[in-house]
Amino acid sequence: FVFCLQVLGRFNRARAARLTLPHFTCQTPLFMPVGTQGTIKGLTTDQLETIGCQIILGNTYHLELRPGSQLIDDLGGLHKFMNWKRALLTDSGGFQMVSLLHLADITEEGVTFQSPVDGKPMLLTPEESINIQNNIGADIIMALDDVVKTTITGPRIEEAMYRTLRWIDRCIAAHKKPDVQNLFGIVQGGLDPVLRDICVRGLVERNLPGYAIGGLAGGEDKDSFWRVVAQCTAGLPEDKPRYVMGVGYPLDIVVCSALGADMYDCVYPTRTARFGSALVPEGVLKLKQNAMATDERPIDPSCPCMVCKNYTRAYLHCLVTKDPMGSQLLSYHNLSFMARLSRDLHMSILEGRFPEFVRGFLRVQFPKGDVPKWVHNAMEVAGIDISECCTPTNCQHDAMEAAGVDISEFCPPTRCP
Amino acid sequence: MRFAVTKVCASGAKARAGLLQIGSSGVETPALLLSTRKGLPAFMSPDLLSSLPLPDSLLLNVCPTHFIEVPPSKTISNIGGLHRMLGLPDHILVAAAGESTECLPSSDATNKFGASFETPAGRKLVKPSDYMELISCLQPNLWASLADEVPAWVNEKRNKTSVERTLRWLDACIALDAASGRNSLGVVVGGSSIEQRKLCATEVSKRNVSGFWIGGFGLGESVEERCSLLNAVT
Repeated sequence: FVFCLQVLGRFNRARAARLTLPHFTCQTPLFMPVGTQGTIKGLTTDQLETIGCQIILGNTYHLELRPGSQLIDDLGGLHKFMNWKRALLTDSGGFQMVSLLHLADITEEGVTFQSPVDGKPMLLTPEESINIQNNIGADIIMALDDVVKTTITGPRIEEAMYRTLRWIDRCIAAHKKPDVQNLFGIVQGGLDPVLRDICVRGLVERNLPGYAIGGLAGGEDKDSFWRVVAQCTAGLPEDKPRYVMGVGYPLDIVVCSALGADMYDCVYPTRTARFGSALVPEGVLKLKQNAMATDERPIDPSCPCMVCKNYTRAYLHCLVTKDPMGSQLLSYHNLSFMARLSRDLHMSILEGRFPEFVRGFLRVQFPKGDVPKWVHNAMEVAGIDISECCTPTNCQHDAMEAAGVDISEFCPPTRCP
Repeated sequence: MRFAVTKVCASGAKARAGLLQIGSSGVETPALLLSTRKGLPAFMSPDLLSSLPLPDSLLLNVCPTHFIEVPPSKTISNIGGLHRMLGLPDHILVAAAGESTECLPSSDATNKFGASFETPAGRKLVKPSDYMELISCLQPNLWASLADEVPAWVNEKRNKTSVERTLRWLDACIALDAASGRNSLGVVVGGSSIEQRKLCATEVSKRNVSGFWIGGFGLGESVEERCSLLNAVT
């Protein structure tokens, strides 16, 4: 049995930890790229290792459709099938059902849907989801949850939360390989703190190896988003990993890490690469723009990745959206960026300079000082003073601020645009 | 560039082994030229390319017409030419105008001024001056001259014209070349006519070229035809 989380350093709620998994020992906070069909589009597993990816996510729904989880199991599991030595995580298949298939219907039994292969009605139950994930063999598997979009209101959210708790017991019962695969529960409850609290308590009672915060990253406003994350991380055990599903943008990852989350996944870096956008410290660089045609600089002069060491924006401009190589090179860079962000988060917390890192990050993303209000609010709860990243106000204490010491409690809140 | 035949077959057979040396890179011949899209082999970034066996993964066939619109010539020059732009400083890059997937020669649109190609940016007429401008900013190790490649089924007159044009453009390219043809590969055409093939080969040999690009194949001739035509050329 090889699984544990060891917190190595902290700043308030943020943690730098070592996460030991059967296939790999990871450093958190970390970002997991999404390899839907057992591959990250355009990249080899060697490249992913070079980039520094630690855990890759595979989609149960897609893998079961093609090539089929039984086949994967017969061939020795997904690690062997895709030749990836490090860690893997599979989701339950539930989210794809709901987001990809218009005719999905959720009942107590499971998720019924129309098979995209032959149109036959099919049913994904908690038992079946766990069975498929057992076949695939990932280090971390996700419980089947009843996920609703946070933009939905009404009794459906409460129903989904309670059902998620009932389903976790079915998932636990169905799990055939608890010694080599770690089942994470998923906290649901929409944006309602009461529901979220009930769900957190219910899952913690089950003493699972790890916990995910689900139902976010679906269009809810940012202020609600961070509050749900903050509430959940406050209620989840310290010594277990916290995984915010579907997040996301670098800014969101920094904020959630400040609030005590450890793991993230999102298609954003690779998907935006395929649309010609590169992630840079300032935000996003759109290689398709005409100005890029004559720009002889690399994507990011501070980036040590293979793409930035070899290629100019001008050359990438002539590739993007026209040649697969453009997608490949941008995906490579974007994942390098995310891996570096993960490393920076881990190391800055470990080395006691996390607030400085956060301030530096925000300064580069918001050079005009227009840090969004929701980030302010979240950082206040996280206990990180970011007032110097904002446009100057009539607040007196800036000059007196000692490095790393949050004295905002002595002053009125700064008013940033 | 240096090329030497290292071994020939006995009893008059034509096959030979050789060594092509460019800069610090050496390639044993016969060797395969890897085809590329905008300079890189399909799906092979430099880190993946370096995992392929040597020496063939050193030799790349680059099509200047892939760069016919972007990036601008000045930008390519500023970056330092193909080798720097592609991140392949030690590779041997051989440029040739037409190729079989992205830039097909479209012989019916070719005229006395230039060769026409179906490119991703649409049909383009490329004159020797356009071509040499591309070559001079790309700076490949070797370049094939601009040629009028025609399919196997054209009539005798059109085929004859293609040979005349190809020779004329070869001279034009060499005249426009700063190195006067030192890194050039003269293109030999002639379609399916043994006579025209022999004529073209003989004429190209008289020019100040470093080697030969045997073109006009893969455009409709049969496999049997190809053998006898190749034989006539070599």
